Amino acid sequence: MLGEQQLSVSLSAPLRGYLTKRRTAVVLLALGAMVVVLALAALAIGSEPVPVSQIAAALLAKLTAASSPLTREQEVIVFGLRLPRIGLSLGVGAALALAGAAFQALLRNPLADPYVLGVSGGAAVGAIVAILFAGEWAFGRPLCSFAGAALATLAVYRLGRRESDPAHLVLAGVVISTFLSSVIVLLTSLADNVKLRNITLWLLGDLSSGTSEGLFFVLLAVAGGAAVLLTQARALNLLMIGERDAFALGVETARVRWLVYLAASLLTGAAVAAGGAIGYVGLVTPHLVRLATGTDNRLVIPASALSGALLVLFSDTVARTALSPRELPTGAITALIGAPVFIYLLRKSR
Amino acid sequence: MLALRQVHFGYTRPVVTDVSLTVKGGEIVALLGPNGAGKSTLLGLAYGALSPHRGEVLFDGQPLARFARRELARRIALVAPAGDVRFPLSGLEYVLTGRFAHTSALGFDAPQDIEIASQALRDTDAAEFADRRFNELSSGERQRVVLARALAQQPRLLLLDEPTANADVAHQVSLLSLVRNLTHERGLGALVVTHEINLAAEFADRVALLKQGRLLACGAPPDVMTPAALSDLFETPLLVDEHPHSGKPRVSFVFPR
Repeated sequence: MLGEQQLSVSLSAPLRGYLTKRRTAVVLLALGAMVVVLALAALAIGSEPVPVSQIAAALLAKLTAASSPLTREQEVIVFGLRLPRIGLSLGVGAALALAGAAFQALLRNPLADPYVLGVSGGAAVGAIVAILFAGEWAFGRPLCSFAGAALATLAVYRLGRRESDPAHLVLAGVVISTFLSSVIVLLTSLADNVKLRNITLWLLGDLSSGTSEGLFFVLLAVAGGAAVLLTQARALNLLMIGERDAFALGVETARVRWLVYLAASLLTGAAVAAGGAIGYVGLVTPHLVRLATGTDNRLVIPASALSGALLVLFSDTVARTALSPRELPTGAITALIGAPVFIYLLRKSR
Repeated sequence: MLALRQVHFGYTRPVVTDVSLTVKGGEIVALLGPNGAGKSTLLGLAYGALSPHRGEVLFDGQPLARFARRELARRIALVAPAGDVRFPLSGLEYVLTGRFAHTSALGFDAPQDIEIASQALRDTDAAEFADRRFNELSSGERQRVVLARALAQQPRLLLLDEPTANADVAHQVSLLSLVRNLTHERGLGALVVTHEINLAAEFADRVALLKQGRLLACGAPPDVMTPAALSDLFETPLLVDEHPHSGKPRVSFVFPR
């Protein structure tokens, strides 16, 4: 089990003094530019490569209503297939990273993450219930995911909140995850073969079969979740010091806890409903962001959203191009990137 | 300023029983008592972390529950021993959290907030810790940063829980001198929980003796800190004479021979 000693040092981000407007603007603009560049690249790369210059020309043509330089087939591939998938990757990545940053601040636990805590598992159970029983209703999946995530969070929170050792919360998460995995196994044994294949693919973290409703719901959750978390960022800074301190310094701790808890569950639910169980994004992204920017949630929260979007878009682009035309599950790539990074962070800290 | 009126608190067994206590602006009230006397509970009641089961806790004549948390944090500041922060935070960032109740939930720290926080760090002789990681500070050093944060709140009442524990002698004296200046010159009120009997005698305007949740006595140090009262309070033979310099009561242990 990980001890407190290792943990506190593992977060040895450089001290940056207090947060300034300038640093916030520089970091967010740089990350935003990286998202745009990577998104353009991802539009271009694939089994049917299209030069970036032509894509840019086509985008410009769309704005000015001129004729596109792309063939009809290229139009469909770039804007009909790749663009929604890129949007979904960005949305899922942002949602998971936001949820991770929120859980870490709320639980005062640098190891907290929707995946590790079993919240993703709760969302997955909800989503599978929807796939099995809600039929064609488009919003069934995201809503059931949200409900599952909220219930799982509540359970983890009850089990692990009062523990002084952060590792205990993770232990509670492991117990919840294992329990939920067996629920998932039980549920999948009820499914017919077609549904079973869908569920299995989706459980591994799959962004290729996203629907426009899923995309809509993820983007809505990201917008709403980010708005809630940003308004509570200062309160979260105080909660990270301690509940008693935050209360004495003027934070309505109970209200903030509920708001952040709901936002994090909504974000996890939406991300899992749309993209399956994509792990490590919520854990690793806020860590890396803190290493680069310091601890202040006013910057950590938006920077995590952009970085998480980058990480998942990159992983998904690798997933669909590395062994093209074969597709890999995106969740496998994020885990391949995320797990070593996390181990490196833990080791470096000793 | 702060008034506890016949306050009772306790779940299965009474922790605080029928305590009435006031703290006025410009005075330091020291709360003395053995371990488990209910001192920390009383402090929790005084800033609204706990609600009395009977009786009431008033600030400026209004029950604490009437105030929003932010309003209360602009009036009452808590100084309590600080544990580790699990995320890296500089001393200045730590003190800036004291500005939370004065500033909007959005946006950045304004130059005047930075100045108030820096001044608070200078006031507590902790300016050198502004750029240090809070977790790297010793508990005595942390205590000064925590007091600076309380000053950054610009409160009217300070609640101090063992403010001198872990501080060296020089900083015990300078810290309490600072609290005395704040009360006597700026009109703040202060309620101090402490085990340092002699510091309490020296610095407090009034001393309250708490035992098993009940207030035994409350008054000026010479009136309250009698050998009989203190020996009874701590269930230990204590000798009280007069401090040759200040004329305040001076308490010494009497070891059985």
